[in-house]
Parts: sequence; C-alpha cells; structure tokens
Amino acid sequence: MLQFLIRRLTGAVVIMFLIGAFTFFLFYTIPQDFAALSCGKNCSPENLAVIRENLGLDKPITTQFWTFMVGIVAGRDFAQGHCAAPCLGMSFDSGDFVWDSIVDRFPLTVSLTVGGLIIFLVLGLGSGMLAAWKRGTKVDKFVSGASMVLSSFQIYFLGAIVLGLMVYSTGWMENPSYTPFTEDPLAWATGLLIPWAVMATIFTAQYTRMARSTMIEQLQEEHVRTARAKGMPQRYVFFRYAWRGSLTPIVTIIGMDLSALLSGAVVTEFTFDLAGVGRLAVDASVSKDLPLTMGVMLFGAFFILLLNIVVDIAYAYIDPRVRLA
Amino acid sequence: MTSPTEIEGPEASVALDKDATAETEAAEETKQGHQGRSPGQLMWMRFKRDRVGVVSAFVVVFFFLIGALAPVISSLYGKDPYTLYPSVPGYEDILDDFGMPYGTFGGVSGEFWFGIEPNLGRDVFTMLLYGIRTSLYLAVVVTVLSVLTGVLIGMVGGFFGGKVDYWLGRVTDFFLAFPSQLFFIAFMPVVTALFVDPREETPTYLRAVAIVLVMWFLGWMGMARLVRSSALTIREREFVEAALVSGASRWRIVRKEILPNIVTPILVQGTYMLPSAILSIAFLSYVGVGFNESTPDWGRMFSIGSKIYEQDPAFMFFPGIALVVFILAFNLLGDSVRDAFDPKTGR
Repeated sequence: MLQFLIRRLTGAVVIMFLIGAFTFFLFYTIPQDFAALSCGKNCSPENLAVIRENLGLDKPITTQFWTFMVGIVAGRDFAQGHCAAPCLGMSFDSGDFVWDSIVDRFPLTVSLTVGGLIIFLVLGLGSGMLAAWKRGTKVDKFVSGASMVLSSFQIYFLGAIVLGLMVYSTGWMENPSYTPFTEDPLAWATGLLIPWAVMATIFTAQYTRMARSTMIEQLQEEHVRTARAKGMPQRYVFFRYAWRGSLTPIVTIIGMDLSALLSGAVVTEFTFDLAGVGRLAVDASVSKDLPLTMGVMLFGAFFILLLNIVVDIAYAYIDPRVRLA
Repeated sequence: MTSPTEIEGPEASVALDKDATAETEAAEETKQGHQGRSPGQLMWMRFKRDRVGVVSAFVVVFFFLIGALAPVISSLYGKDPYTLYPSVPGYEDILDDFGMPYGTFGGVSGEFWFGIEPNLGRDVFTMLLYGIRTSLYLAVVVTVLSVLTGVLIGMVGGFFGGKVDYWLGRVTDFFLAFPSQLFFIAFMPVVTALFVDPREETPTYLRAVAIVLVMWFLGWMGMARLVRSSALTIREREFVEAALVSGASRWRIVRKEILPNIVTPILVQGTYMLPSAILSIAFLSYVGVGFNESTPDWGRMFSIGSKIYEQDPAFMFFPGIALVVFILAFNLLGDSVRDAFDPKTGR
C-alpha cells in the first residue's frame, strides 16, 4: 500500500512537472509582450520596464521557469510581498497571488462537485440497477428511455428550464447562491439545491445507462448463472454477485469522467452565476491573465491526478484480484 | 466481419442478444440460400432492420442538410442572421421599449418563424441555421483530424511495437492527464495570440482555427489507444503472418491487412466523437472563450439566451430543443451503428 502510494505520487509529481513545463513554455514563448498586456492601454515605457522586472520577464525563459517551479515548492518573493509555499505566481490583472484566488473560490466548486457526485451516483446506479433487475419490463423501458433523452440535455439548457420553472415564474425557490457550509449548513444546501439537481440529472442519466448495461453484462456471467442454478435467492445473486462485479467497470468510468465532472462544474457555475474556480479560469482566460489561467489549469490537473490515485486505491478494495504493488 | 476487438470506452459493450440475432440471420440465410455477403452488406442489412437507427440517421442527415443549405434557406426565407431588424424600414416596431419582442413566445410570427432576439432584434431562425452550420462543420473538421491523428499514432505504436510503442504510449497517457475542458479554456487565448496581437479583435476565421487546433490537440488520444490495442491483436493473426511471409511490404500490410479489420471500432468511436466535439465547441462559446459577437453559433445562442432568460425564455427554446434532438439522434445512431457492425454487443 505504502509502496503503491509512493510510486503513484512520484508518478503524479513527474506528470505535474511535465504539464507545468509544457504549459509554461507554450504560454511564455508565444510572440507577445506580456508586460504590455499586463500594463494596459496607457502604458509608459518606465512602467513597462518596472513590470518586466517584477514579472521577471527580462530574464531568459529557462530562468523564469526555474523561478516558477521553485516558487511552487518553496515560495517566492515579489515586490508586493512574500508569496507563501505553493506559489503559482501573481495575477496580471488584480495583483493577487494566484494560489489565494484559487483557494478562495475552491470551496464552492468542491461543494458543487461533491454534492452533485453523491446525488448522481446514488440515483444513477440505483435506477440503472432497477432497470437491469426489471429488464424487458415497462419499468426498464421507461427508465432507459428517460435516461437516453435526459442524457442528451445540456446543463445550460436544463438549468435555464429549471430556473424558469422554480425561480422566475413561480418564485418557489431563491436564485442559487453560495453560503459557506461552516456559516450556515441549511443555507448552503438550499442555495445549491438547484445546481446539484440539474448537474446530477444529466450525469444520472448517463450513469443509469452505464450501470444498466454493466449489470446486465454481469448477470450473464458464468458464476452468476451457477449461483442461480444452485437455487440462490435472486436478491442475493443480484447484490452479492452481479453488483460486486459491476463495481469495477463503474469505478473505472468514474475515474475517466473526473475531467467531465470538472467541466460540468464550470458550466454549472456559469449557468447559475456562481463564482467558483471554473468561473475564475474563464475570466482569467478572457482577460488573458496568463499566470492565473496557468495556475487554475495546474490546480485542476493536480486534482484529477490525485483523484485518479484514489480511484486506483478503490479498485483494490472492490476487486480482490487487483493488488496495489 | 465482426472485429475481434471490442470497443473500449464508457459504452462498455455487453453480450446479450447474441442468440436472437444469430437465429434471425440463420433464418434469412436458409431463405435466400447460402450466398456470400460482404461484411459491409451484412452490416447494412442489420442496420436497415433497426428502425430507431434509421430514423435517427434521417434526423442527423437533416441537420447536416440544413447546415449545408443555410444560405439557400435563409435567402428563400428572406432574412439573415446579421441584420438588426429594428433598423430596417418596415420592422421598426418589432421590439418594445425594453428591447423585448412584441407578440407571443418571443415574437414568433409568419415573418419571424422562431421569434426575434431581444435587444438587438436579429432573426432567431436564421441565427440557428447558421449556428448549426458553424458548429457542425467545425466539429466535423475536429473529428476528422482527431481520428486521422489517432489512427496514425495508434497504428504506428501497435504495428511497430517495442520502444516506439512504449514512448507513444507514454505521450498518449501524458495528454490524457490534461483536464481537457480546462485546457481548452486556458489555451484559447494563447493559440489566438499566436496569430494576432492579443489587444486586437480576433477575426472569426482565426477563432475557428484556434478552436480546431486546441480541440484537435487533445482529441486524438482515445482513438490512438483504441487503434493501438486493435492493431496489436490483428498483428498476431495468421493472415498477417501469411502476408509477411509472402513478402508484402509493411505499408501494404497496414493498409490492406490491418486497417480493413479495425475500421469498425474506428467508425463507431468516430460517431461518438462528433457529438462530443459539438458539445465542446458549444461549451467554449457558452462560457465566452469560443466565438464572439456577430458570429452565429449554437453555443453562443445559449450564452445570449441565459443572459436574457428571465425576460424572454422563448429565445433559448429553439436552439435548446434543436441541440437535444440532434445529440439524442446522434447517440441513438451511434448505438445502432455499433449494433449493426457487431451484433454481439447488445444494449
């Protein structure tokens, strides 16, 4: 276990370093003057020189890269003050440290993603199993049909419909908003209820289809047939045998969907006007705030790598054949 | 021909209706005598029997047609997606004092079939036509490029094996580790900055090029993996060995022996890639880093729609329904094509 963790974490660090290097060189070797970009429209040559020096743009690109990487590990000093350990640089626009901006926005995105994830896993896997259990009946046809249609919806469209129904025309609910969990858990939940529901609906539909087909596949397996043949109760066969076996492919797909989940969070933030990390990324990109854009991207990549390791550990618990060595 | 390899991916295949399909095929076989059919013919026969598949194929073709014929349709209809109609003589009173269209459901009328855009007063019907055109053709370009790249890289890795395969595999894994949508957002300004000064307005065609480049860059890995694993299994088969022994060149083996045998998974994967490319393009425009003002684009219509949704929910209705229908049809078509090629996989 420990050995596995060390190996995977080292791998993740290497990949992070490569992604960082790749992004950095792509970002900073394009033939544009970032000092001018950061300085704005009315920029005097003196100001420009000061900014250059501040951003370290007067040094060669490899030195800049080295400073950036060291900054992540050990922190870095700017003219505005010291930027503590995971230092991803300083925003061109606001002059804030990138890490602080991300940390500031992160709780919202996590609440959104984790809440949505729990809802759609429970509902999606539940209804997929139900459809597989009742395969061929009306229940199955209804669930499969509904999930097929719903999975073709998009968050921005469904979100608008739900907002229209629940908020604008009837006034049953407030416009979605974010209250930190630590301040008021109830307001936190009610404020995010609509975004969770919308995000979860679309993912639920996809996971229903997938859970159904995996379950059906598992039910065809020989060991399941044997269990049935020896007269084991259907319920027992279903939950102990088929369900256990279909967990592995499901976890695989959850691992592959992490990136989609992240982008789902970005769209959800936009649809419901919530200021999370996704919004930060887009705003940074639109205003061409390169350090911020890069910081958010690295942060996202880091999270996906981390969660992938978690998924791999989950494998070992689900499937005894998988060993973490 | 049923490919020996199964398609990887979230639509993990299932073996079920095996017996049923085999029976009907056997029945037909005896009815018509034992006559040889090419795998393509077999596939076509199976596909024709699948009513859902045929209907969705028609829907998809319909979308491509209206995309292709958008200029023709809009000239027959007499409007275009760029004109601000309130400034055209005869249409001065289509918007009220708040910039909202008069009339029911966002100003739907015989004159403006799908209503009028609030504030600017453009025609929604032609905006949607041209929007579909933009998204669809861009998505086709992205998909074709990604498929070609994926096939090339996967084939080289799978066929040559060894060190080449190892390093191509590592590169593929590396790009798979990128959070793709976040990457698209982050790299759009960088890629456009390659062509124009960031302080200037980017022309539309450059935006299109940038979108294609960014999406192509992270679009090929799934295909490369699929092709590699398929090529690896085919490479070990006897007919490839036979071709090698008889002195066929590598290029010939790749082209005539391996490729025809992995066309199925490539095609099926391709039909799943296209709608996701459309959605990614729509996503970029929706969040505001894709196309910008005055370019008619599907995703941008949602962006406009969500800003004015509280006042005029009708604006979002037509593009939204169109997108749902299109994606639904494409998903169903993808499933049908997969079933037709490979009846072993059931739904």
